[in-house]
Amino acid sequence: MNDATRLDAIIAAHAGREGALLPLLHDVQAVFGCIAPAAEAAVAAALNLSRAEVHGVVSFYHDFTAQADPRPCLQLCRAEACQARGAEALVAVAEAAAGDRVRIAAVFCLGLCSVGPAARLGDAVHARLDAAALAALVDAA
Amino acid sequence: MTTIRISDDAVALACGADAVADAFAAAGCTVERVSSWGMHWLEPLVEIAGQGFGPAIPADVPAILAGRSDKAIGPIAAHPFLARQQRLTFARAGRTRPLSLADYAATGGWAGLRRARSLPPEDVIAEVIESGLRGRGGAGFPTGIKWRTVLAAPGARKFVVCNADEGDSGTFADRMIMEGDPFALLEGIAIAAHAVGAAQGYVYIRSEYPHAVAKMRAAIALAAAEIAPLAIEVRVGAGAYVCGEETALLNSIEGRRGIVRAKPPLPAVAGLFGCPTVVNNVLTLAAVPHLLAEGGVAEYARLGIDRSRGTTAIQLAGAIRHGGLFETGFGITLRELVEDIGGGTPGGRPVKAVQVGGPLGAYIPPARFDLPFDYEAFAAADALIGHGGIVVFDDSADMAALARFAMAFCAAESCGKCTPCRIGATRGVEILDRMRAKAPVPVPAGDEDATITPPKRDENGALLEELCDLMRSASLCALGGFTPYPVLSALRHWPGDFGR
Repeated sequence: MNDATRLDAIIAAHAGREGALLPLLHDVQAVFGCIAPAAEAAVAAALNLSRAEVHGVVSFYHDFTAQADPRPCLQLCRAEACQARGAEALVAVAEAAAGDRVRIAAVFCLGLCSVGPAARLGDAVHARLDAAALAALVDAA
Repeated sequence: MTTIRISDDAVALACGADAVADAFAAAGCTVERVSSWGMHWLEPLVEIAGQGFGPAIPADVPAILAGRSDKAIGPIAAHPFLARQQRLTFARAGRTRPLSLADYAATGGWAGLRRARSLPPEDVIAEVIESGLRGRGGAGFPTGIKWRTVLAAPGARKFVVCNADEGDSGTFADRMIMEGDPFALLEGIAIAAHAVGAAQGYVYIRSEYPHAVAKMRAAIALAAAEIAPLAIEVRVGAGAYVCGEETALLNSIEGRRGIVRAKPPLPAVAGLFGCPTVVNNVLTLAAVPHLLAEGGVAEYARLGIDRSRGTTAIQLAGAIRHGGLFETGFGITLRELVEDIGGGTPGGRPVKAVQVGGPLGAYIPPARFDLPFDYEAFAAADALIGHGGIVVFDDSADMAALARFAMAFCAAESCGKCTPCRIGATRGVEILDRMRAKAPVPVPAGDEDATITPPKRDENGALLEELCDLMRSASLCALGGFTPYPVLSALRHWPGDFGR
């Protein structure tokens, strides 16, 4: 299946749904790793929205990106509860272990506030991280 | 064959529960995955015939099975952390398999919905009002009154929306309900839908909670027959904190930017797709099945103090020895929670501050730990209960850095609709940077605005207070309106951290 066909299939799966835009964009982001200008235009046409409206939504939410980044992404929680458990000191550790190979992103709360520092890699979550455990996690990403 | 029980809640998974479960399975045990008891420092917590072992690692398996493990904690249900609680909303925590309809029905599941559906909507609402239940999302608005407004509002279609956008740091009770007792939340939504005449419900879950999303979707599929004719759908957020604000959340479900709407009209009158809509937090809706079951209202109204009735799900987080979920009647003091129940900080360092109510909640010093957990008492102390999260900080915390973080978070997450929040938070970061700087910050060369003399170091505090006053009184929603709570409380109680 080529990209255009895959995009059409995603759009068709959500057509007619009330408030379809966010679920549709989630699927586009998941399949293509980003929401490219061409996809924005196709989604806008399918949902009878202006291109500006779709772009406005894409640019508003942190989960949607305009460009794909093929690297694995480790989300390190930087919110207050993880700060209280020493997460800030781990940022440099994560970045050193990651180099250019892994993307280290901040996330504000994974709901693991009693067992931080916490991180998410894909849909797997990790807690009670110290420097060694975090570096190992980044290396395995 | 030995049956062992281990949670599959996100905290347990993050602490390595799967590896422990696999090790028990490899040793020939039957492994049941249950919800979490909420004693997070003991996760992964293993239960064998009521006896607990934790925190367990795979290497502990032989000793646990041989009955000579040093991780033994005795009978779980009698553990002091649990024995001191009054669990109503979390009655099933640790005791049932989250997606087992049989376990749910065997523990009183669907009794509230059956009884509610045998009553006219007005009677259901009257019981919810009588119970004194108030919104657990933070605002504390009486739930029954909100439902009555939706019932009375004219509209061909009505909706129930569950706000599961639990973005506040230090809170995880919504996540625990969704991952541990998802049918209870669905039952609460179904009761609300019956009370207001809604045919469709939505659960808006943040994308940072993939396990909760999966459990809720599975639960909806399993319980479709029980909740029919009501249809419930999960919608996943996209990383915007402000979508926890109810009108931004509605815009997000509609497929728009998560921009806050001006009120009025209230969502109860013109909410989702312009229709009358109940927007309630997970904990609010999950409290409802118990209320509607026989005798629930009387039990609920008996607990708590003054106008804060029933139980509250307190979440102990941050630098605390015994972190986890503590459900109890309103009125318990911070000192009991942090020192007696929480056991202080893990390393034994002194507690410097607690933040109650998430990123928008005030920092409270130990000198004020006699404050009772009660909506009005907190409001009178310039603080808020919010969603019931308590984040503990030890004496290494830099309160000025935390105040700056609050402003920076607000600036990053502002939806941009109102000026006090969008611009004010950025100005707040700048003021705090000047206050925290060891030397005066030079004015950038060529800056046209630099003809205005930047305030002197000691004037920054006054300017910050003025800015906070503006944000608090003129912002459209709680994001800009409440960010002054952590900032001003930090400034007031720890002036030394600001170089004052």
